[in-house]
Amino acid sequence: MTIELLYWEGCPSHPQALAELRAALADLGRPGAPIAMTRVETEDDAARLGFVGSPSIRVDGEEAVPPPPGEPTGLTCRVYRLADGRYSPTPDPALLRAGLERLIGAGRAREAR
Amino acid sequence: MTPRPGDAVPDFTLPDTDGAPVALAGDGAATVVVFTCNHCPYALAWHHRIQDVGRDYAGKNVRLLQICSNDRDRYPRDAPEEMRARVQAGEFAGPYLHDDSQEVARAYGATVTPDVFVLDRDLRLAYRGAPDADHRDESLAAGWLRDALDAVLAGEPVARPETEPVGCSIKWRP
Repeated sequence: MTIELLYWEGCPSHPQALAELRAALADLGRPGAPIAMTRVETEDDAARLGFVGSPSIRVDGEEAVPPPPGEPTGLTCRVYRLADGRYSPTPDPALLRAGLERLIGAGRAREAR
Repeated sequence: MTPRPGDAVPDFTLPDTDGAPVALAGDGAATVVVFTCNHCPYALAWHHRIQDVGRDYAGKNVRLLQICSNDRDRYPRDAPEEMRARVQAGEFAGPYLHDDSQEVARAYGATVTPDVFVLDRDLRLAYRGAPDADHRDESLAAGWLRDALDAVLAGEPVARPETEPVGCSIKWRP
């Protein structure tokens, strides 16, 4: 199972996102789980990776907090909404945890088959 | 050269979202210039706090001018029609100006959105930086910006004239 944080250096949110990802993984009983850091540097990379903004967190290639349908790819800061509707440069921690739990559970099920 | 606290800031006249020219020079007791945009989560997270300041201080003869300088070709959410839509939706407590040439952002040394500049009556820089210490904490209510305005309006020095602006990089044209 690959847990990946994709980021763009032009947006300052990825250190906070990494800290919150580590906290969420610890909550899910996976402290110290390896996290692959993928730096997206060009618009071509963003298009190829389906990168809609920094940061994006994926488990086995699936977004833990999926973007709205049709969101364009590009080198930009990603706009998240917190559970109370406020804008944020990082995912709502509870939504991130729930997304990780769902994808990690699916990954375990795949590995068990 | 980027203005520092105490310096006179560069003059400008920029179009608002209806194309009407808006000049920096005016009869305000203080002026707040904010480089902002439509696509940046930091700018959006702080947006309401900044508009609240604009409304709260309007009766004290404080002007609030917000400027979008981003490259609209690479970032179409910052295009003039998107700016106009937000203004028409009532999201701005003052003119929202388009710096298409990016010359104003360069003259001010603006680096991110939002980047806040508070000017005194003589259009000298009194504060430059972030609205407050944390985009996530609404209770901070743009306190650094309010503190600077209160000092300027009282004719006193600003206790904290510079902070580190935090946000998305301004999207310069290639």
